[in-house]
Amino acid sequence: MTLTTSRRGFLKTAAAASAVLLIGARDDGVLAAGSEGSSPFNPFVKIDADGTVTAIVKHFEKGQGPATGLPTLIAEEIGLRMDQIEYEFAPSDPKLYNNLAFGPFQGTGGSTAMANSWAQYRQAGAAAREMLIAAAAETWGVSAEVISIEEGIVKGGEREAPLAEFVALAATLEAPAEPRLKDPAEFKLIGNPHVRRKDSPIKTNGHAQYAMDMHLPNQMVVLIARPEARGGIATAFDDSASRDVKGFVNAAILPNKAGVAVYAENTWAAIQARDALDVTWDMSNAETRSSDQIEAEIRAALETSPQYNANDGDAAAAAQAIDGAATVVEKTFYFPLLAHAPMEPLNCTIEQTADGDIVLHDGIQIPTGPHMAYQQIFDLPAEKIHIKTMLAGGSFGRRATPDADYQVEAALAFVMTDRSRPVKLVWTREDDIRGGYYRPAFGHKVRVGLDADGNIVGWHHQIAGQPVVKGTAFEPMLVHDGVDHTSIEGVADSPYQIPGMAVGLTDTPKATSVLWWRSVGHTHTAYVMETMMDLVAQAAGRDPLEFRLAHLTGSKDADRNAGVLKLVAEKAGWGQAPSGRTQGLAVHKSFGSYVAEVVEISGDVDSGIVVEKVTCAVDCGIAVNPDVVVAQMEGGIGYGIGHAMRDHITLTDGAVDQSNFPDYEPLRIGDIKAIEVHIMPSAEAPTGVGEPGVPPAAPALANAIAAAAGPLVTALPMEMNGVSFA
Amino acid sequence: MTLKLTLNGTTHDVVAEPGTPLLWVIRDELKLTGTKFGCGVASCGACTVHVDGEPVRSCQTYVEDVEGAEITTIEAMSENKIGAAVQQAWVELDVVQCGYCQSGQIMSAVGLLSENPKPTAEEIDDYMSGNACRCATYQRIRKGIQRASEILEA
Repeated sequence: MTLTTSRRGFLKTAAAASAVLLIGARDDGVLAAGSEGSSPFNPFVKIDADGTVTAIVKHFEKGQGPATGLPTLIAEEIGLRMDQIEYEFAPSDPKLYNNLAFGPFQGTGGSTAMANSWAQYRQAGAAAREMLIAAAAETWGVSAEVISIEEGIVKGGEREAPLAEFVALAATLEAPAEPRLKDPAEFKLIGNPHVRRKDSPIKTNGHAQYAMDMHLPNQMVVLIARPEARGGIATAFDDSASRDVKGFVNAAILPNKAGVAVYAENTWAAIQARDALDVTWDMSNAETRSSDQIEAEIRAALETSPQYNANDGDAAAAAQAIDGAATVVEKTFYFPLLAHAPMEPLNCTIEQTADGDIVLHDGIQIPTGPHMAYQQIFDLPAEKIHIKTMLAGGSFGRRATPDADYQVEAALAFVMTDRSRPVKLVWTREDDIRGGYYRPAFGHKVRVGLDADGNIVGWHHQIAGQPVVKGTAFEPMLVHDGVDHTSIEGVADSPYQIPGMAVGLTDTPKATSVLWWRSVGHTHTAYVMETMMDLVAQAAGRDPLEFRLAHLTGSKDADRNAGVLKLVAEKAGWGQAPSGRTQGLAVHKSFGSYVAEVVEISGDVDSGIVVEKVTCAVDCGIAVNPDVVVAQMEGGIGYGIGHAMRDHITLTDGAVDQSNFPDYEPLRIGDIKAIEVHIMPSAEAPTGVGEPGVPPAAPALANAIAAAAGPLVTALPMEMNGVSFA
Repeated sequence: MTLKLTLNGTTHDVVAEPGTPLLWVIRDELKLTGTKFGCGVASCGACTVHVDGEPVRSCQTYVEDVEGAEITTIEAMSENKIGAAVQQAWVELDVVQCGYCQSGQIMSAVGLLSENPKPTAEEIDDYMSGNACRCATYQRIRKGIQRASEILEA
């Protein structure tokens, strides 16, 4: 890097006054640096005059770990201990804090937080290091070559000093265009299993602030009275009983008539007042179908010619090969609607400042969505709208609605007031389970033909369901030639070498609002692929592990899937289950990562299955925070198995039958006795970990149950399809 | 009506209607937000607090029924020997993910260790079965309780 003397001379005074070093990227992606108030870019790292280093985290924290992971990258490159770096969430800015996987759009999803921040945040940290070292070199009159930063101390020969001494001078330098990134051999934090989460203490002592914890002075709480079935319209209401509730303020039909806003002084008053409200609904355009009809439509679609060819396969050739095969394995599968049910029910708080700006406080997954919607709703330019990201109590996809559903609802409730009081929108658990967006129901029909030697000669695969992305702002990214990638991912792009594979897709009509749900299409495609691989292996008289490995050749994807399979087989003792136990296996690639799992069960389907142990092997490239990776696998396994065991959302005449945890029962602590996770060493760039643990879990369980002489469960949840759990 | 509530050792005058769940008095009136709203029907345990040392679901506990009792929330757990051990174990093992249920998990874990200082895995699973964690941090909750037990034994 070069020192630009004239610029430094000019800026030195100003920088000394603010004495903050900021390093980040301009909207063209070029690294830039400056001092507070003077910079034309938003930073990824901020170093205050007192040497406090703060990572500006562009992804929200819902438990998946970016509030630890992104600071790790900065701390590693500068040369800090983890206790020497703080974090704060970035403001909403779709150009400067965008998700590189999404385009000019800020948001978290698709397990991309680390993958798309890896280079950016390391570069910003490395630039900070080089600038601080350059400043130290000039101050001490020595060559930059002899200076290093270790545990927050700048060292050069005999001299050493804290970072703070060089912040002012460093803030006057230009950022190096291409700072030297540390060699992995130098890593002290990246890949270190002893690095702890930054957010553990506050989440353990009650001090963590989630959006639900907002108590702005003079705020009102608003709940929305909703129709029994989506699409109902509020035409009138009687709030005379609500008026008897102490703390009730007012009620009003939302501008879009989708519900009635009930305002109160506090949450309990709002809950009571809403219960007491009598609303007249016009249900003439509401959803009326039941889930039985949705299932029948999907099953019928599987029997017709598909709407789309989803993998450029030759369906006629596949059918012909299967017709002439020695053995045919055929199964039809059905997957129900599922709710996300994050632990923190949806909520957010809106206030208007004295300047007429709008501030949204939210555990927000996609800031750009509400930021755009609010410009219209409030008729304000982007810079008058501010989004404060708070901790989120889980999401599993629910907070990432392309239509910014609950933030828009809060804004509509707010614009009907005089805006003198902040408004906090709260959803109850019943709102969440009944009024939410769901993992769509999907069906698969698969026919596989084997020759006399047990080789696959044709794989005909039909998929039908309601697309998630089609019709949303994400369509250009994920829908190609009519095929919604989220409907077929995990089948059409399977790493298995399968001869004569033809994948057809049919979109079924809109049944309810649908949304990505932790691991999206892989929630059902992995189940089908991996239970079919077991059935086909069985038909061929071969071991499920050996049969899979035989079909995982010829590509890097296949090699990495084979790698985790071998690792999990070794660690789980595949084929050597203790007496009374049975194992099942599955492997699946999703979000750039490769995960294999072995589920070991005891018991039987009548007296009750016990999930004794799940062993997992994951290849997610470089595991930046290995213990966070392990935790995400543990959580993904639990999420996958819990829903497969016992959860579904059903509709009767358009109304959701379930309403709260008693009838949408979460996984409980005793449901899985042990989980063991192994990380494949890798030098590849990091890939996703939030979702990839989910897909193999349910099929590995299904395979274990089938291997224990139970039925292969082809419709979920298992408890409603012939399997009981102890 | 006005009640006297003793919470974390301090007595507060609270104005609340009979039948108001303790949860909402703690959160909305006293502004102690570590105690969480998760389901409102005592099905998830996120709202767990201690009343006279016993874990209860504050969403189903009427405020008038706990007048005169000693109510303890997560915010005061570090002052309790078992509470401090559980919190230490939770941080050592990074039990939390989203963290929203963890106050309730910790309040239940302290309740368990108070009556059973060295619980088996099965005893842990039984006692903790009413505390849901949608992130499925259960493996670490189990280990965390066992680790806290070790800390207390040392």
